[in-house]
Amino acid sequence: MLALFYIFIALVIATAFWQITNIFNLKEVIATDKDNETQGKLMLGFMLFFYGLMIFSFWKYYSVLLPEAASLEGQTIEGLYIATMLMILIAQGLVQFLIFWFTYKYRGNKNNKALHYADSHKLEMIWTIVPTVALAGLIIYGLTVWSDVMYPDNDKALIVEVYGKQFDWEVRYAGKDGVLGKANVHNIKGQNTMGVDMTDENAKDDIHIPTTVKEFYLPKGRKVIFKFRSQDVLHSAFMPHFRAQMNCVPGMVTQFAFTPSMTTEEMRANPKMIDKIANIKQIRLEKSEVLLKEGKEALEPYEFDYLLLCNKICGATHFNMQKKIKVVESAEFDKWIAEQKTLNEVL
Amino acid sequence: MSDHGHHKETFITKYIFSQDHKMISKQYLITGIFMGVVGVFMSMLFRMQIAWPEHSFSIFEAFLGSHQTDGVMDPDIYLALVTIHGTIMVFFVLTAGLSGTFSNLLIPLQIGARDMASGFLNMISYWLFFLSSLIMILSLFVQAGPAAAGWTVYPPLSALPQAIPGSGTGMTLWLVSMAIFIASSLLGALNYIVTVLNLRTKGMKMTRLPLSIWSFFVTAIIGVVSFPVLLAAALLLMFDRSFGTSFYLSDIFIGGEVLHYQGGSPVLFEHLFWFLGHPEVYIVILPAMGIVSEVMAVNARKPIFGYRAMITSIIAIAFLSTIVWGHHIFVSGMNPFLGSVFTFTTLLIAIPSAVKSFNWITTLWKGNLQLNPAMLFSIGFVSTFVTGGLTGIVMGDSALDINIHDTYFIIAHFHLVMGVSAIYGMFAGVYHWFPKMYGRMMNKTLGYWHFWITAIAAYGVFFPMHFVGLAGLPRRYYTNTAFPYFDDLADINVVMTWFAILGGLAQLIFLANFFISIYKGKKATQNPWRANTLEWTTPVEHIHGNWPGEIPEVHRWAYDYSKPGLDEDFMLQTVPLKEGEEPS
Ligand code: HEM
Ligand SMILES: [Cu+2]
Ligand SMILES: [Cu+2]
Repeated sequence: MLALFYIFIALVIATAFWQITNIFNLKEVIATDKDNETQGKLMLGFMLFFYGLMIFSFWKYYSVLLPEAASLEGQTIEGLYIATMLMILIAQGLVQFLIFWFTYKYRGNKNNKALHYADSHKLEMIWTIVPTVALAGLIIYGLTVWSDVMYPDNDKALIVEVYGKQFDWEVRYAGKDGVLGKANVHNIKGQNTMGVDMTDENAKDDIHIPTTVKEFYLPKGRKVIFKFRSQDVLHSAFMPHFRAQMNCVPGMVTQFAFTPSMTTEEMRANPKMIDKIANIKQIRLEKSEVLLKEGKEALEPYEFDYLLLCNKICGATHFNMQKKIKVVESAEFDKWIAEQKTLNEVL
Repeated sequence: MSDHGHHKETFITKYIFSQDHKMISKQYLITGIFMGVVGVFMSMLFRMQIAWPEHSFSIFEAFLGSHQTDGVMDPDIYLALVTIHGTIMVFFVLTAGLSGTFSNLLIPLQIGARDMASGFLNMISYWLFFLSSLIMILSLFVQAGPAAAGWTVYPPLSALPQAIPGSGTGMTLWLVSMAIFIASSLLGALNYIVTVLNLRTKGMKMTRLPLSIWSFFVTAIIGVVSFPVLLAAALLLMFDRSFGTSFYLSDIFIGGEVLHYQGGSPVLFEHLFWFLGHPEVYIVILPAMGIVSEVMAVNARKPIFGYRAMITSIIAIAFLSTIVWGHHIFVSGMNPFLGSVFTFTTLLIAIPSAVKSFNWITTLWKGNLQLNPAMLFSIGFVSTFVTGGLTGIVMGDSALDINIHDTYFIIAHFHLVMGVSAIYGMFAGVYHWFPKMYGRMMNKTLGYWHFWITAIAAYGVFFPMHFVGLAGLPRRYYTNTAFPYFDDLADINVVMTWFAILGGLAQLIFLANFFISIYKGKKATQNPWRANTLEWTTPVEHIHGNWPGEIPEVHRWAYDYSKPGLDEDFMLQTVPLKEGEEPS
């Protein structure tokens, strides 16, 4: 790879120099009709390149995109997303065509004269009003989705706290009483790594998932209200499969809610996900073969899991702040949570 | 300034501490180009790391000093490179380099003034910019590395050296550099505003100004309104860092101890930062828009379509740009109601942007397009601006932003709409006004090669990047290998990096063309592009005071191209209306 890289650089520099010495002898510095002709055609060619690139990207990279949303709220977002994408793709297709086509069509020529066309009220009204109407639609649609997602009703919701710190996550469930005990960095001590105030009655039944445990559970079909805190710098709890994200801010509790709608098993059986994971496994297999040949260890086997990742720059290991999320049927969740020790038992 | 040409010029007053706007403009340009080379080079380094993670490169060994081990880049320096790349590109290249160059060159020349309102302040403004560039570059050599908290320098990360080494001396230098930079921008902007308002020549009504001047003027106003807020934000951050105040910090436990800070909030910083940060992107793009409008009209041999609508949209964009900053922090924990408000104002900005785009396209329609390199870059500008602008509609919608915030989707979006577009505008300006700056022409063929390779590379990097973002990949990740889930993005990342390297190298063509043309380019004629505006009535050789005799009087707007009834397909603004000719 490296050799290829240097050869490539050398080639480009060589061509550049060859061109330069050649070119500075030329007299013509302003586009001639011949230039207009060539450049106009090149623009048309570029249009084909660009449309080709767009189509190729969609065809080739469609499979890497996120699969359908795994939460009810995410699904409403998905509707808005598709509507918006369709709209901008149509606009993109049309407008780019006009740009390159006009450039080609009206490439200059001595015998032509441009049309002196300075203004048209009618045209300008059209392209003020059409975008205004389209955007008004999107604004209204967007704001309804936003308020659906951001103003959850609290009934029977599961309360989960996510705590970011360099460079890991901790999780706390509100326990039987459904209320999280107070917490503050001043209480951090020993095993009480989240700084929970143990004098608070509400804290006693809270359930703590420390950094050493690499996954936590959520029930399918029940609203989960997340409370976010941070221990040191900004982090952002990003759960892309649920279309969920919220910053973790030191000194403040932030909130986001969603209702998981697909268990991990169901997502693993999703056709799009099956393809994606098969592809990833193939890639890892090939990499492992190379590694083994070099006498190194093979990559770990991989199975899909929902992810919680950090999406706000937070330091050197920002790229590796992860926890897995297991979404299970609510009966299974109840069983799992009943097996966990409460904070009172741990501390 | 009426005593032009009488006093003796020494080398120092002519080339270094010059008060002549034309020389200052060139100083800005050269400094901007130098910073651009640094910024683009950094992007190539960190792109190599993303494509071939933890691979050993001798380039890294050569350039990263102690921030690499056996040619493998350290995570800290990855973040530092991204941070300094962003800072340099946005502020040093596309604010100072772009506005500084063209506002300085064109404002006096196109409005018919002997110089800026205050040549002295103008000189100070450049030298403050130089000083801030110098400090920013020096910060690269700090032991613990330069600032590394992202170009947005959000505290607490930027406030605590315990959190990341770059937040020590590196960050201090970053703040000092930016404070000086802001002072420089303010001096420059005030000068531009005063000059445009007061020094227009006879007959140069505001409604006869070329759109370039309108954009520079409005840009300067936005700068004056928003830069002081960043200065305030930076000062408070300095206080938190050095004097133990708690404007932005609270309840922090780091390195095994609780820090004393109490009651501050990072969200306050985010608001202050983006109160500048968003207008900043318009400070970057509006001058490019002005340049493109001008270059496009000249080369289409047509009036710019909808002159008044263009001015209205510039002003509308400027106004709206100051009330949309919240779209950068939808998921910061601010009240969701605020999110609704910012979604509303943000999507409104798409309207004047759409109007401008359609007006450019209509300017092309039925033109007699002279496809000079400057024109190609202008057309390229419209294309990338539209591609990038449309994805803004996605990000601006708070509900959709939840899932793409801080992913590679935003990187693709803003590079196209602001980075690439503004760079295209800058190139268009350089190719077009090079004869005015250096009295020589740039080479056309090299210009074409430069454009085509750049255009292909730019889309090659930034179009596929949308998909990486939509796949859920966060930005500012040193490597994506920690998540097997992203393994299928590795290929795309390699493709993008190759295009980035290609695009970066293509700029060598530009550099060669630029510097060789200064000495070897063909001598320019007075009005090589057959344009209407006043700068083309000045002599090719620069003189102090711009016009040898009286400043010419203006009789018409800037866009009488191909006007029926006139013999030529252009008409200088200084030519009085013919008998019976209707003013446009
Ligand atoms: C050779 C051309 C360029 C390439 C390949 C490039 C590539 C990139 C990439 C991949 C990132 C994201 C890195 C990450 O988040 O991990 C980035 C960040 C950034 N780039 Fe560029 N870029 C280029 C030119 C520009 C230009 C012209 C601008 C001018 C606006 C610009 C402004 C920025 C900014 C503001 C950031 C964000 C920095 C941050 O996250 O703190 N870049 N660039
Ligand atoms: Cu992080
Ligand atoms: Cu913004």
